[in-house]
Amino acid sequence: MSGRDAIFRRLRTSLEVGDDDSARRQAVRTRLTDAPKGLIPKRGQLPLDERVALFCKMAEAVQSTVQRVPDASAVPHAVAELLRTRNLPSSVRMGADPLLRAMPWADVSTLQVLEGRSHGDDIATVSHAIGGIAETGTLVLHSGVDNPTTLNFLPEIHIIVIRITDIAGDMECIWEGLRKQFSKGGMPRVVNMITGPSRSADIEQKLILGAHGPRSLHVIITEN
Amino acid sequence: MQITSPRFKDNARDALADTQLQRALSNVEHNFIDKRRIVADALPEFEALRDSARDIKNHTLAHMDLYLEEYESKVTASGGHVHWAETAGDACQIILGICREEKARTVTKGKSIVTEEIGLNAFLEENGITPVETDLGEYIIQLRGEAPSHIIAPAVHVNQSQVEEDFRRVHTHLPEGRDLSEPTTLLNEARGVLRQKYFDADVGITGANFLIAETGSSVIVTNEGNGDLTQTLPRVHIVVATLEKVTPTLEDVSQILRVLARSATGQDMSVYTTFSTGPKRAADPDGPEEYHVVILDNGRSGMLGTEYQDMLRCIRCGACMNHCPVYHAIGGHAYGWVYPGPMGAVLTPSLMGIDKAGHLPNASTFCGRCESVCPMRIPLPKMMRHWRTREFERHLQPSAARYGLGLWAFFARRPALYQLATRLAIGVLAMLGARRGRFSSLPMAGGWTRHRDLPAPQGATFQQLWSRREKTRRRNAA
Repeated sequence: MSGRDAIFRRLRTSLEVGDDDSARRQAVRTRLTDAPKGLIPKRGQLPLDERVALFCKMAEAVQSTVQRVPDASAVPHAVAELLRTRNLPSSVRMGADPLLRAMPWADVSTLQVLEGRSHGDDIATVSHAIGGIAETGTLVLHSGVDNPTTLNFLPEIHIIVIRITDIAGDMECIWEGLRKQFSKGGMPRVVNMITGPSRSADIEQKLILGAHGPRSLHVIITEN
Repeated sequence: MQITSPRFKDNARDALADTQLQRALSNVEHNFIDKRRIVADALPEFEALRDSARDIKNHTLAHMDLYLEEYESKVTASGGHVHWAETAGDACQIILGICREEKARTVTKGKSIVTEEIGLNAFLEENGITPVETDLGEYIIQLRGEAPSHIIAPAVHVNQSQVEEDFRRVHTHLPEGRDLSEPTTLLNEARGVLRQKYFDADVGITGANFLIAETGSSVIVTNEGNGDLTQTLPRVHIVVATLEKVTPTLEDVSQILRVLARSATGQDMSVYTTFSTGPKRAADPDGPEEYHVVILDNGRSGMLGTEYQDMLRCIRCGACMNHCPVYHAIGGHAYGWVYPGPMGAVLTPSLMGIDKAGHLPNASTFCGRCESVCPMRIPLPKMMRHWRTREFERHLQPSAARYGLGLWAFFARRPALYQLATRLAIGVLAMLGARRGRFSSLPMAGGWTRHRDLPAPQGATFQQLWSRREKTRRRNAA
């Protein structure tokens, strides 16, 4: 008997599954189909303005920096300015994201814009988050040609652009959106929920930022 | 991993005498407890979410075979492979097989307690493959040749100066005079050293906090980002997880995530929560080309349907050990295997046998703190009591303890005799100790009096004091 069969046989013996387990099967099918939401904390259940304010507060509480700009066309300038004030090289890498691509990067002639995955030598990268979660100040990104996963974990500074209307109250709203995009039960290869820059407290429980992932996380919210 | 649980008493004695360890353990007692309380208090729904998380897991355990089948079919549909391992040895062989196929020389690993359970690092090394731990805490203990002493903070027993010594000993390619006096410089050094390892590794191995039946996803929850680099950069990603990690839906995982980080580290949410589903897609510019999941039983299926089933709700947050006065006193290594503290006292005898770990549950004062903070409401003290009963039934305790308990049970079942006997004993002891008010030695109580004096009884038993108090209360009420 294969290991698989032996394990399932033991499980069914322990669970005392009889010949007719249609009721159990029905319970499982119902849960998978309905995906009941459970208890959603009130914290994030707010109108847009307050939700965005909560998102900013929660993100800053976990050492993200947050900036609000009027619209997408202001992003390239904001990125260039950020790198300048932090004394970093004027170069960023991003994926083929349509929202990012449509921005007027050429207007900032001093900024070098590279496209594609990271190989570990980029100081700054820019990604587009499909959603934000106000409850915890979390950003949600997923893999694909548009936003390579390596951009999220290899740079010193990770810049994430999000549209104000994509800031949701809770995780459950994100799942609804993803199901619309990828069909029920389908998922992109990876969904990254990011709540602040990388950190570790493994040395005497002292909190230090920038363990292996980005040392800082900068969020740019576009308002239109 | 080598089990030293049978030596628990000696381990505990050594731990109490270890000043370095005692200094490190004070960090656990202060930091974790306060942080958890602050975030739990800040979320009005926290207690209700604990109920919700418990109910989800209970439902899942009752339908575990069906959710695992669904999970497997979803993984396969997304292009991944599921492997089933009955034992630790099976899991190691499966992982080695995948590594050999890949002709792997080095393997990077995210923090995973289950790979400690199966002794994967030693096994890979014996077979010519170098495993590199990438979580800072795991990296530190790997350099020291030690096992983790805590399930979420594996190097919590190590002090900063020891980390500096280890880094100087191992990182000999770096300048001798470099400054390593701050945690930040130590971290930066580890970051630099490990960076290239992610790219060099042929295979990346992570654990999983959850396996989602609805989507075939594995979920890892981390703060450092090492787990993501480990699973994104090598050509092959292997997930190692145990049966009970399966969870029905994305919504169910969301419920449990709300209590996980809060209970573990006092965060509302960990920095990285990553849902991985299958290998790299056609258009993806990065990510692993192969995705394997090794699902391990190693005794869990046998816990289902027994009085230890509730233990399978455990989400490995570490809150029980963070709040345990015994853990605070002796640390994790004394427990002698990968799972320390109250959860280990229940899980280790279940997985390794009562003959090896039966006395771990004896190291509890039954103060109940572990259960009061467990996000999954696991009745840890109750299950420790079950183990104590089993140990007694199987005659595994030392004969003195057995006769003592037997004698006590004889009286406890006869209340009138019990009261008479205790009254007599207390009276005699009160007379004998009246002059000094304490005993510095007593026959048969050497375990106590060797380390401290026993206060002499004041002449009345608890039952006598209680009935006097009740009488006064009734008189005052009348």
